[in-house]
Amino acid sequence: MQVTSMHFKARATERLADQRLQATLKKVGRGFANKRAMVVGEIAFEETREAAKERRNRALDNLDVWIEKFEENASKRGVKVLYAETTQAANALIVEIAKRHDVKMAVKSKSMVSEETGLNDALEAAGVVPVETDLGEYIVQISNDHPSHIVAPIIHVSQEEIEDLFVKVHGTPKQTDAALLTREARDILRPKFLSADMGISGGNFLIAETGSVCIVTNEGNGRMCTTMPRVHVAMTGIEKVLPTLEDFATMMRLLPRSATGQSISNYVSMLTGTRAEGEQDGPEHMYVVLVDAGRSKLLGTEFQEMLRCIRCGACMNHCPVYAKIGGHSYGWVYPGPMGSVLTPNYIGIENALDLPQAATMCGQCAVVCPVKIPLPDLMRKLREQQMDMGLRPWKERMGFRLWAWAAQRPAFYALMTKVAVRMMKTWGNAAGMIRVLPLGAGWTDYRDMPAPAGKTFREMYAARKG
Amino acid sequence: MRVGLFVTCLVDLMRPQIGFAAIKLLEGAGYEVVVPATQTCCGQPGYNSGDRAGALALAEKVIGEFGNCDYVVAPSGSCGGMIKTHYADLIRAGHPLHAQLQALTAKTYELTDFLVNVAKLAAVPGTYAGKITYHDCCSGLRELGVKQQPRALLGSMPGVEIAEMKHCEECCGFGGTFAVKYGNISDAIVTEKCQNIQATGANAVVLGDLGCMLNIEGKLRRSGDTSTRVLHVAQVLAGES
Repeated sequence: MQVTSMHFKARATERLADQRLQATLKKVGRGFANKRAMVVGEIAFEETREAAKERRNRALDNLDVWIEKFEENASKRGVKVLYAETTQAANALIVEIAKRHDVKMAVKSKSMVSEETGLNDALEAAGVVPVETDLGEYIVQISNDHPSHIVAPIIHVSQEEIEDLFVKVHGTPKQTDAALLTREARDILRPKFLSADMGISGGNFLIAETGSVCIVTNEGNGRMCTTMPRVHVAMTGIEKVLPTLEDFATMMRLLPRSATGQSISNYVSMLTGTRAEGEQDGPEHMYVVLVDAGRSKLLGTEFQEMLRCIRCGACMNHCPVYAKIGGHSYGWVYPGPMGSVLTPNYIGIENALDLPQAATMCGQCAVVCPVKIPLPDLMRKLREQQMDMGLRPWKERMGFRLWAWAAQRPAFYALMTKVAVRMMKTWGNAAGMIRVLPLGAGWTDYRDMPAPAGKTFREMYAARKG
Repeated sequence: MRVGLFVTCLVDLMRPQIGFAAIKLLEGAGYEVVVPATQTCCGQPGYNSGDRAGALALAEKVIGEFGNCDYVVAPSGSCGGMIKTHYADLIRAGHPLHAQLQALTAKTYELTDFLVNVAKLAAVPGTYAGKITYHDCCSGLRELGVKQQPRALLGSMPGVEIAEMKHCEECCGFGGTFAVKYGNISDAIVTEKCQNIQATGANAVVLGDLGCMLNIEGKLRRSGDTSTRVLHVAQVLAGES
């Protein structure tokens, strides 16, 4: 996918001014967060989070071993496991599979990894028609858009916009009822499921001990994509391996609750091997494409914790910044706090300088993360890298250096602050508010800066002590 | 018992009366309050902006300045959280000050947390009459568990009526340098915060951190609200509002 993360500021500014988007964001607002809050009490949530963290760590600490185990067990069930070091390699493998099986059309269930690799473009270029079948992803596809949320791809689109889009694309009379709109999409998609040569899915988890690919969905399209066509390709990141079904059970207690506030999603599919003798459904050929694309680089580093991520979206659902600017501002596949850590790591720190900076460090993302990823700490580490690599503006670097230098010299600091607070006091108006702050336009363009009292605490305290 | 007051740089510069209110509360609770004269900044601005070396130097300085106190109290969950939870990232096992840091973090408290859980304050000295709403500042809430403490103290004051705002635990959009670097995003967040404050009909929003205080007060005034007061919890408790 094309990267626009370097234009974060401009994109966020556009979206803040987009009245329609703002109204949509406000309407969906805290929906997921509220739903999550209603179900976390169903289980011992904090203990389960701790257990999930441990289990994900165990998988990642010996990732190579578990991947091999997965391959061994999947192969026994007739699955071919393929490895792609880069996004391009992943696309090439899938195009090659499509050609081998003479595929004209592929139905797809939701996969953010396929967004990373830009799979649809690669398939089209090779003469294969990809059809997104998740309702949200279908709408994304027919409107040439991109998902703005990893679980709810069209959270930025209003129903009215979808009504108009369907009239334009389907040539049908306008529907204003959500159920009828869904029915309309379903009528279009049903024959595609029945005639597609290949189904492409993501993979929420891979189970090493059984060789299963697990997908967690709500619409049932995933099950059709993976069982009806004669070829099924699952593509996912190498970090999604879990050693055992026990591990999977722990993750499933957390994933739907954290993502959509459901105790369990409508469908949980465990796809284990190709159709066997005497079985009624399942693909004749099954492939799993394991994508690295930057992941293995994080192993053994302070960012390995990020690989625990199970893509629930809770961090963005609780992020005050995401809530105001929406997912597209972040400029790549993964928005919100998890994206602000992943994007610089996957596409280069220099291409996403704003992402780890554009966070208030409020910490709510870390509080809700089901696998306890310390997202603000990881963003801070990226800020340190930017500073160390000289990627921050020189004024900023100089400013912090000066502050630290002065703050280590109490006598100088006392003199400097004494002068500063007297000067700043005079900048205040009659109400004690500074309307324009030199070097602080980012603040005073939008709000006043209350003026200081005019004397520092330390000088007043010294005077009081005599 | 000696309590070292960590004044915080923003109280020192912007609102010295909050420091004096904190002293009044701590002395009223029967503690000897000392204010190490060389204190400046806890190092959080640099730490959060990637200047690890500067933050480390300031952390070492704070450890030295407050070593001889029985407790360290800050009228801020943000600076308190920096000392109590983040210094450990700067001064790890093997660092010569590691043992001293562990002693420091064990005795460091945010002001209301200290008054409730250590001092077990029987009666709040100040008086206040009116309807207030309380904004939970992020670091105090999430790093130090400051939630019920200020409410318990304020709730014990006869004239105080607490009207909770919607989403009182959500960030006000300050975020340190975030508010300047991404002023328009910060503005969108604080605008909603101010609307939630105003919707309670309270005549004051009370909180425990200077950054949020400046942000919220600045936004209320710029948007024409000259009546909703923005008060630090120490001012209200000390009766110096």
